[in-house]
Amino acid sequence: MHDDRHDITLTVNGVGYSRRVESRMLLSDFIRHDLALAGTHVGCEHGVCGACTVLLDGEPVRSCLMLAVQANNHAISTVEGLAGKDGAYHPLQQAMHDHHGLQCGYCTPGILMTMSAFLDENSSPDENEVREALSGNLCRCTGYQNIVDAVLTAAARMRG
Amino acid sequence: MKPAPFKYIAATSLEQALALKAEHGDEAKFLAGGQSLIPAMNFRLARPAILIDINGIEALCGVRTSEATTRVGPLTRYRALQRDAAFVGLFPLIGEALPHIAHPQIRNRGTIGGNLSHADPASELPAIAVALRARLHVQSAKRARSVAAADFFVSALTTDLQPDEMLTEIELPLQSPRTGSCFMEVARRRGDFAIVGVAAQMTLDNHDACGDVRLSFCGVGETPVDASTAASILIGQSPTDDMLRDVAASVQTMIEPAGNVHATADYQRHVAGVLTERALRTAHQRAHDAR
Repeated sequence: MHDDRHDITLTVNGVGYSRRVESRMLLSDFIRHDLALAGTHVGCEHGVCGACTVLLDGEPVRSCLMLAVQANNHAISTVEGLAGKDGAYHPLQQAMHDHHGLQCGYCTPGILMTMSAFLDENSSPDENEVREALSGNLCRCTGYQNIVDAVLTAAARMRG
Repeated sequence: MKPAPFKYIAATSLEQALALKAEHGDEAKFLAGGQSLIPAMNFRLARPAILIDINGIEALCGVRTSEATTRVGPLTRYRALQRDAAFVGLFPLIGEALPHIAHPQIRNRGTIGGNLSHADPASELPAIAVALRARLHVQSAKRARSVAAADFFVSALTTDLQPDEMLTEIELPLQSPRTGSCFMEVARRRGDFAIVGVAAQMTLDNHDACGDVRLSFCGVGETPVDASTAASILIGQSPTDDMLRDVAASVQTMIEPAGNVHATADYQRHVAGVLTERALRTAHQRAHDAR
């Protein structure tokens, strides 16, 4: 039992991977340690802080509350896949930069993944909707105001 | 903060999942959304030897409505219900409570059956299942049975489920016309566990009097608390503010909140009284406005 391993195949940011993982490996640790994609941050590891948020088949989920083996045959997106292939920022990344929406930056990857999926679903949110969508991501630096401003600006720019 | 070692099995059918549970009993846990189980495993509060992943069992997902009831598969995720306008239209009480359940990321994964089986006393859905008179269908490899929601919750984190059983369907009776409902809760922050939550539902009769009333609470006991008897003085009446105050007072004597680091028992009792009046008043108004 101490070596219960499984073969998994998945895509992360559109790139296919096949790996053998121990069943107790969390998806967050798999992404960081096995795939060396350290943009996904790990905060509380029990589903409270939201720093480890990734997209599972396009939906934001906490990667610390999933096993890597559960991601078998699924598509994961992480913060590394957010910018364009030419390196151009996603509009949300640009707006976070413009509005000073981060200080230490630890929560930022989770916030970018949560809010980019939110903007895909709701292209003209009001401030309350933004705050509600942001409720599962803790930030201890900014007081959230600049993050909310950034999301609203990104929404406006994405609407064109 | 990593789970202890376990053997992982992805079940592909209900029969397989139940056979595995029959074989391994309490040593094994079903893995549905994992939004309570995996944190408990990360803390090593839960150390199942075997994890039976039921996420691949399509038959356990989805909502089916017939003439008298709606049946919800246990693997249905909160988010799927939030997006199901027909379901939320049939059960606005659930629709109103869903945004209070944790956060968007949790609601994308968390399941109805997992929530009810976990039986957290501060959780919203158990109280709502009680208020809506849900019947919970349970299966093992050997037998199938059903339990009224009010009898399902035994104590904190403990249900009537036996070691070889799975909650396989949540059956919700369809509501009468002229029914209004209201869910409210007080929590320290959006998505936090409720200090007190209330589910109220009222049906008016042909004379505009209260014909049926349901009232239940989360966060104020070891299990969801069915306080419908406290509200039964409203039956046959057109509820007035005085009557609602009487119901609130009777709720306050009936519940036995334990208090916690965020709220004393007295404060919980106070909030429960205030929410009782507000929720019943709103449910009454909505029943009035319903056709």
